[in-house]
Amino acid sequence: MRQEPLLTMRGIEKSFPGVRALKDVDFTLRSGQIHALMGENGAGKSTLIKVLTGVYPRDGGDMAMEGTRIFPSSPRDAEKFGISTVYQEVNLIPHLTVAENICLGREDRAAGIIRWKKVRERARKALARLELDDGIDVEAQLSDCSIAVQQMVAIARALDIDAKVLILDEPTSSLDEAESDELFSIMARLKKRGMGIIFVTHFLDQVYRVSDAITVLRNGQLVGEYSAAELPRLELVARMMGKRAEEVKRLEKRAAVTTKSGRKTVISVRRLARKGSINPIDFDLNEGEVLGLAGLLGSGRSETAEVLFGVDAADAGEIEIDGRATKVDSPAKAMRLGFGMLTEDRKYSGIIPNLSIKENIILAMQAKLGPLKKIPPRQANEIADGFIKALDIRTPSREQLVKNLSGGNQQKVIIARWLAIHPRLLILDEPTRGIDVGTRAEIEELIRKLRDEGMSLLLISSELDEVVRNSQRVLVLRDRNKIAELAGEDISEQRILHTIAQ
Amino acid sequence: MKRRHLTLLANALVLLLLYGIGGVYFKNFLTLRVFVNLLGDNAFMGIAAIGMTFVIISGGIDLSVASVIAFTSIFIAQTVHDGLHPWWAMAMALCLGWLFGATQGWLISFFELPPFLVTLSGMFFARGMGYIVNDVSLAIKHGVYSQTIRNLAIPLAKNVRLPFTAQCFILFILAGTFLLAFTRFGRYIYAIGSNEASARLMGVPVHRMKILIYALSGFCAAASGCVVTFYMQSGNSSSFVGLEMDAIASAVIGGTLLSGGVGGVPGTFLGAIILGLIQALISFHGNLNNWWAKIFIGILLFLFISIQQLLSRRLRAAR
Repeated sequence: MRQEPLLTMRGIEKSFPGVRALKDVDFTLRSGQIHALMGENGAGKSTLIKVLTGVYPRDGGDMAMEGTRIFPSSPRDAEKFGISTVYQEVNLIPHLTVAENICLGREDRAAGIIRWKKVRERARKALARLELDDGIDVEAQLSDCSIAVQQMVAIARALDIDAKVLILDEPTSSLDEAESDELFSIMARLKKRGMGIIFVTHFLDQVYRVSDAITVLRNGQLVGEYSAAELPRLELVARMMGKRAEEVKRLEKRAAVTTKSGRKTVISVRRLARKGSINPIDFDLNEGEVLGLAGLLGSGRSETAEVLFGVDAADAGEIEIDGRATKVDSPAKAMRLGFGMLTEDRKYSGIIPNLSIKENIILAMQAKLGPLKKIPPRQANEIADGFIKALDIRTPSREQLVKNLSGGNQQKVIIARWLAIHPRLLILDEPTRGIDVGTRAEIEELIRKLRDEGMSLLLISSELDEVVRNSQRVLVLRDRNKIAELAGEDISEQRILHTIAQ
Repeated sequence: MKRRHLTLLANALVLLLLYGIGGVYFKNFLTLRVFVNLLGDNAFMGIAAIGMTFVIISGGIDLSVASVIAFTSIFIAQTVHDGLHPWWAMAMALCLGWLFGATQGWLISFFELPPFLVTLSGMFFARGMGYIVNDVSLAIKHGVYSQTIRNLAIPLAKNVRLPFTAQCFILFILAGTFLLAFTRFGRYIYAIGSNEASARLMGVPVHRMKILIYALSGFCAAASGCVVTFYMQSGNSSSFVGLEMDAIASAVIGGTLLSGGVGGVPGTFLGAIILGLIQALISFHGNLNNWWAKIFIGILLFLFISIQQLLSRRLRAAR
């Protein structure tokens, strides 16, 4: 017997200036169902949820709760329809108490005066509903609680209203295993009570452990809705990565890049770890070699790079450079050691839009020299012109502001910035994202050239074929662990997908 | 013990220390009269500091308060001079202060402008408007000022009366404390200051709240301007330049964090009294230049913020 769906979303459309974030997306949730929403970066998961909770108004399509059309205009409005959300980053108020965080905006009052005793009671009841074993002190300041407790508080808050739909947006991304288990048992209890739960996560194990149904999005479009029991892992991974399962089976092994043997190891990473971003990991970076990092979103790809470059200091393990153990605790230190890093998001942490190409290129050089030594203008001009020519940056002059360049050319400017300091190791995090096909090929060509000149490169990309084409060795990551290291002929899309889905 | 109690305790200790110094060195320092005068003399700054506390807890700042105080004082002096009844003049001034603050809040919220810049503009604007009303100091001559206000003083002991200005101060302290601790409005202010994005997702009407918070600060500044006229019996558009900084200092010494989300009116009250005590000690001494008060306040403020920083770092490390 199939009952009437709890929540239906049909043909949802949402655009932002320059991007169509959601294209004709359908989503159906039944009561007593845990429904996983899956997809890689930019798939539209967050946007879909924000449309559902009224953070963004939808541009088109229809939404109904138990058959009644709804137009939530704000998170608070959505709560009135019975839709409650626990966001990815725990969205609570750190300086207020647990009790206040559960009851903020719904405090019991008499003549406008808050009855603190009743507020605390209500908070205790809301927490009791989660049947947590250890009591949480409702009078503790939230920022003094662990992330796991904060998460429970957020859920308690979400359930304090009569929610019919609970959205959990990557709730386990900062929890350890025991904490996640506790969350799953809460989810199971809520499910039994007939609540519909939308579960956004990128941990495959967890999806198969708790979900009844899976909806996959890619690039703002619906790939499909599947029953969790009937969708094999490999197929799920393939669909998230935009491949078809049959295609995966057919994928040819690519011709292995001939590698010279006996390459010198430049950097050895031993048991490097940081809580909440990457579990202890080992790998070597060799001279004249590209090491690829493959894995799904949240597997620890970018996190590994960030720990290596000192953006987030490691809390364990060591980095050996030329056989000497070295601490890399800041990007400045990393740069002094000869590391360069092209970040995932060039808009926010890469280019300085209002400076010229030349100024952007000499930036890392200047940072390495320190603020007191000026690079002579002639030399700066020569360097800039050299790179504009070498990388074929299309611009009328070196004085052009970077913000006026296309995405691909901006990316080249940042690469030039790092090349100017002659790094031994260049980390490339999503070097071709949002770049047209032509420029993409040029950047891949450049990667090969740098490798052949003896540079060591670390390549991170969510485009599997890009990793496969350009890497001599590939680390496969899943759930913040290294699960395999492939080399030479073993590197293929099929092999990587199978490894991830294992 | 909780953190905020710790700051209040530190304040109380500093207060006792200052009182102790006064008691040891000066006769008559430890009298009710000195304390009552302390309340009365610091009432206007204290009331402005209470409004400032609301703004700072919400994560903002209001630089316009001193200009609004000066404007209010000259506005009342001028309108009373022109024949308006003082109570009406004050009511109008309070409305203007509220509206002025609300406008600032609206600009901050609607255009997503930094409060520092909006209220800096407001500071110049209100100061200039004061000069337009009248650019000389204007005495207020009216029965309300010469008689009624004095009669409102409450006798506490022989020859000691609690002046009306001090009563106003106490009223604002009580109302402000209540508002912050026992109303949804007050709790929303903490929520916004602690994490604005979260507050919005939790359903706090951030836009409306910001307008109200700055309106409240404008209202407190105008009330402070009214108290100034009782105290000085005149209005002056060029007075109290820099008073907003005293208000900020009071709030910060009292444990309100400039980063928002933490603080309270009792702390600000203690902060204001500490500043007043330093001033009183200097004037009791008689031979010290008044600027010494500024030097001590500077050192004290620095000590307080360093200690707060160390404390919160220690607490963070302990976890």
